[in-house]
Amino acid sequence: MNERKPVEQPRPMDTADLRNRKSSSKPAKLSREVQARLGQQLRAMYDDVVNQGVPDRFAELINRINGDGSKDRR
Amino acid sequence: MDESVRKAVLGAVPSLRAFAISLCGNVDRADDLVQETLLRALANIESFQPGTNMAAWLFTILRNHFRSEYRKRRREVEDSEGRYAETLKSQPEQYGQVEFREFREALAQLPADQREALILVGASGFSYEEAAHICGCAVGTIKSRVNRARTRLAELLSVFGADDFGPDEQTRAVLARGGG
Repeated sequence: MNERKPVEQPRPMDTADLRNRKSSSKPAKLSREVQARLGQQLRAMYDDVVNQGVPDRFAELINRINGDGSKDRR
Repeated sequence: MDESVRKAVLGAVPSLRAFAISLCGNVDRADDLVQETLLRALANIESFQPGTNMAAWLFTILRNHFRSEYRKRRREVEDSEGRYAETLKSQPEQYGQVEFREFREALAQLPADQREALILVGASGFSYEEAAHICGCAVGTIKSRVNRARTRLAELLSVFGADDFGPDEQTRAVLARGGG
């Protein structure tokens, strides 16, 4: 939308610098701190949805087919 | 349908939904995807092997369905932002709004293969072997996709998020350095 950031183009200097540092120290390996941080954020984002539980529409859908589900299945 | 099977399906829904949202970046579309997945799964429930991982089975169906039906449509990051934010009822306290948003934007920029591998292993909690099974590829392929996804995410976040990448100064500095 309007406020969306122009994120498509990383500044080439920064990424180049990043790659150089990486290859000169630990090739293709992020530090533990960075990996941990990314992992935390990823799980926080994911778990936020998980913690919403089962929306009614899906609970109803699954329960409908349970038990006397024959009426829906045949 | 057996009661234990029904419970297993029900129990897998929250994670299935989180996976769907991270795949298509749009909550409404993700919920449609989950619905279609459940209908397919329930119609073929006899092909589920009791004792095996129900979540992995459902994820495989969802992932394949997404690939065949939804892939052509472009991911709508702009549209997803507002809708996604609406569903996030409990914004985790420890992460700033900006940081959270930037993380999702960065994730959205990853190639689909890398994003799904990272989510399956890093968030859904599947092993590399299970993720490989779900994606129908070799374990080594999953490992390399996850590594590339992490590296790319770190690059993206250090590039456009350095100024307000969360409250943790030390981590920010690490990201800006690129680690190592």
